[in-house]
Amino acid sequence: MTASRAAIAGAIGTRLQRWLFRVDGPEAGPISLGQRRIFVLPTGFGLALALTLLVMLLASINYNLSLGFALTFLIGGIAWVSIHHAFRNLVDLTVSPGRSEAVFCGEAARFGVQLHNPSLRPRLGLQLWPRGGGSDEAAFDIAPEASRMPVVTIPTHRRGWLQLPRLHLETRHPLGLIRAWSLFQPDQRCLVYPTPAADAPPFYHAGDAQPGSNAQGRGRDDFAGLRHHQASDSPRHVAWKTVARGGPWRTKEFDGGGSQRLWLDWQQLPPGTGTEARLSTLARWVVDADAAGIEYGLRLPGLELPPATGGAHRHACLAALALFELPTAHAQPAS
Amino acid sequence: MPSLRRDQVGWLLAGSALTLAPHASHLPPAISALCALLLVWRGFINQRGSRLPHRSLLVLMAAGVVGAVLLEFHQFFGKEPGIALLAGLLSLKLLETDSLRDARAAVLLSFFMQLGQFLYQQNMAIAAIALLGTFASIGTLLALQGRAEAFAPRAAAAARLLLQALPLMLVLFLLFPRVQGPLWGLPADAHSAVSGLSDDMRPGDIARVSESGAIAFRAAFEGDPPPPAERYWRGPVLTRFDGRSWRPGPSRRQDQPFYQSSGIARPYTLTLEPHNQHWLLAMDFPGPAGGLVYGDDFRLLSREPVRSRLRLELVAHPATPVGLAEDPRILQEALALPPGFNPRTRALGERLRAAAGHTEDIPALAIRHFRDSRLAYTLAPAPLSRDDVDSFLFDTRQGFCEHFAAAFVVTMRAAGVPARVVTGYQGGEINPVDGTLVVRQSDAHAWAEVWLEARGWLRVDPTAASAPRRIDGGLAAALPDTARLPLLARSDLPWLRALRDRVDAVNNRWNQWVLGYNPARQRELVASLGFGDTGWQSLTALMAGGTAVVMGGLTLWALRRVRPGDAIDRSWSRVCRRLAAAGHPRHAWEGPLDYAGRIAREAPETAPELASIAADYARLRYGPAPADATLLQRFHHTSRKFRPR
Repeated sequence: MTASRAAIAGAIGTRLQRWLFRVDGPEAGPISLGQRRIFVLPTGFGLALALTLLVMLLASINYNLSLGFALTFLIGGIAWVSIHHAFRNLVDLTVSPGRSEAVFCGEAARFGVQLHNPSLRPRLGLQLWPRGGGSDEAAFDIAPEASRMPVVTIPTHRRGWLQLPRLHLETRHPLGLIRAWSLFQPDQRCLVYPTPAADAPPFYHAGDAQPGSNAQGRGRDDFAGLRHHQASDSPRHVAWKTVARGGPWRTKEFDGGGSQRLWLDWQQLPPGTGTEARLSTLARWVVDADAAGIEYGLRLPGLELPPATGGAHRHACLAALALFELPTAHAQPAS
Repeated sequence: MPSLRRDQVGWLLAGSALTLAPHASHLPPAISALCALLLVWRGFINQRGSRLPHRSLLVLMAAGVVGAVLLEFHQFFGKEPGIALLAGLLSLKLLETDSLRDARAAVLLSFFMQLGQFLYQQNMAIAAIALLGTFASIGTLLALQGRAEAFAPRAAAAARLLLQALPLMLVLFLLFPRVQGPLWGLPADAHSAVSGLSDDMRPGDIARVSESGAIAFRAAFEGDPPPPAERYWRGPVLTRFDGRSWRPGPSRRQDQPFYQSSGIARPYTLTLEPHNQHWLLAMDFPGPAGGLVYGDDFRLLSREPVRSRLRLELVAHPATPVGLAEDPRILQEALALPPGFNPRTRALGERLRAAAGHTEDIPALAIRHFRDSRLAYTLAPAPLSRDDVDSFLFDTRQGFCEHFAAAFVVTMRAAGVPARVVTGYQGGEINPVDGTLVVRQSDAHAWAEVWLEARGWLRVDPTAASAPRRIDGGLAAALPDTARLPLLARSDLPWLRALRDRVDAVNNRWNQWVLGYNPARQRELVASLGFGDTGWQSLTALMAGGTAVVMGGLTLWALRRVRPGDAIDRSWSRVCRRLAAAGHPRHAWEGPLDYAGRIAREAPETAPELASIAADYARLRYGPAPADATLLQRFHHTSRKFRPR
């Protein structure tokens, strides 16, 4: 009973917010901050000034101070004018989606948001933060007829597409008495790769069972895989790229003959491993293989990426892992 | 907490200094000195970038401030100790201020302190300083909110905010429904600066009272109001003179007047604003009325101090002879002069006595002497020496009504004629709306009374001899004859005199419209705007309407879009308009270059300039996107200067 009541209250709250702030899902294309999208309320300091002015007004009435009235109304007028200044500082800005690069789950997603000032006056003291964020973000200005791309960082908790949450653009310019803000949600997503497993088994074990990969006569000619590092290994065979990226110490192994290509296969992993654990391990292998400069391919149930090297291939593999068994059309909301 | 930038503290200190400086005129010197010291100290810390003093030192100094206030006032309640405490608190707060929050609190406190200054003075100079202080406080708030910036652009931004706030301020000032205060009981010292007369008088006292436009009382006459020359409203009568100040002598009181009322009777209703004193300021000379007390100095008194608005039905008998059989002791006192003061005035009195054939001629001789001395009537006379009557009559020759009255009384006494000073109000204005006579603090006045055998006490107004318009037209009318600015007053240059007149006219406006703007004035204004009903409902509606208009204007301003293209098109169409006015309109199908080419054939002398403007326009309009700034500037400049020949 209580739960359903809370649910109803929550739904009403959401409807109210939608109606009040006119925010209804992500918006594609540039968003122009028209006057209906800008909201204005006094800050705590603004309320303190209002209280001071009230006391001053009462004192002016009580002591019949003509100049007291004038002073009170002048300061009140300035406070009122600052509402229009704050509003004018936001109105007509345009917001368009900027860049965001894929990140591993657990890292912070960084969304660049493009803000354009089409007017001939600078926009001063702006702060941008995501829903639920704090207002202690550093303030920035936008010069006349210029653009700026502040970055919003969102923590990631799940692989897949991360939708940029609703953003809050605020200004307390000019006097700090009034805050004017606008809410918007540009249609902008960031791909979140699975977290590379920290304790993944080295992938050459899998290679043994793999048809086409030759596990015999390991030598120095062709790269065969990586194994755990031992103190006696030659420093020339240490996978330095992996070490440099903060990964574990690994030693490269080479096949004695024949050029073999590495397949990273879903099926190689021991049965009973969960989907997310498999994806995590595969992500680790992709990262390590790419770091080691090996030509590798990826096999997932229903998907096969032929062996290749390079950044694009790495991204394709990690994207496939990120979106595995997820409905591609839908992006998950930020949590 | 982040610490404040140097420019932020600079603005804050400027605002606080401008707020506290005028308070020095009434704060105890110890507190003023302490405040100045603390401000300088904070400025020094800001300049050097050194650390703020330790909190325990601040606590110690706060205790010092509290101690100084206690020593000076013996209490914390009331206006004066309250203002002194706040001044100390603001200065101490600055020494502790190193965060945004503290700085903002200090700004709010200084707004409040600016209001506090108005309890003491409300003249134009104080208003100007308060405006500067508000400007600095707005600069402070801008500096606290924005990033570091030079003085000039920040000052420009603050000035712009102030200017934009002016229309709203005017609407609210004029139309906010005024209520006659007080709303609640005031502390005992609340009225010391604004209530008007007190029962002793030193040079400068009445002038100080006159700076207030507050209403002292109103009088509604049955029938025509009396002529200005009869409108003398009697307050304290001052007989004792110690060389510096005038005080009342002992007086007897009874339930009946000390005279037999006779002559013309003028019934009226007196509505007295509370002034916390016993005297009722009746017009000379009140007939019998129940429940009131009459003094032997012909004052009408109340049994209790007037602490709330009082309404009385009175009758004045201006022509009544008074004091025909005066008590010799009173006459004795009205002849006394302190020894060792004002020798030249005494000599003058003796000369007048010798010159006069009869005692009755002496006052007229003295008045003639005053007139011939070309004494100037001014609110701000030059400072006087110890023998202030001598100094006024023979050296500075500038004074306000109390100087005239005191000098006349001293002269009379020296000549052997009993005389005394009477303070009160003179004149007042008829409110054209309801026909009542409104008497303000600015109508405070001092005049003299002489006693002549068989005629009793006679009123003599020596001010009238030098500034006759004071009596007929009130203070503001008399002021153009004053020497408010001594340099200008001494000058014989006509333009300087014109300037002085203008300054006086501005002062008059100030007193009438700013300081004297009250519920009655507001009703007059609203009535003059054509609104018959002047209740608070229609005022509120008017105020709401005015405010809405101002806000609409501000909203339009905020939404106005000026894009660079618009500016370019505006400049170009201005050029086209000028050419059209010269008989060469542009055809709708003509591009800028075609148009310039045709004008070159039709009006070759205009061609070179126009060709360059048209080429620039074409490049700006149709050329590559980010326009060259120098090109843009040249285009705007030449097109603004362009005149077809």
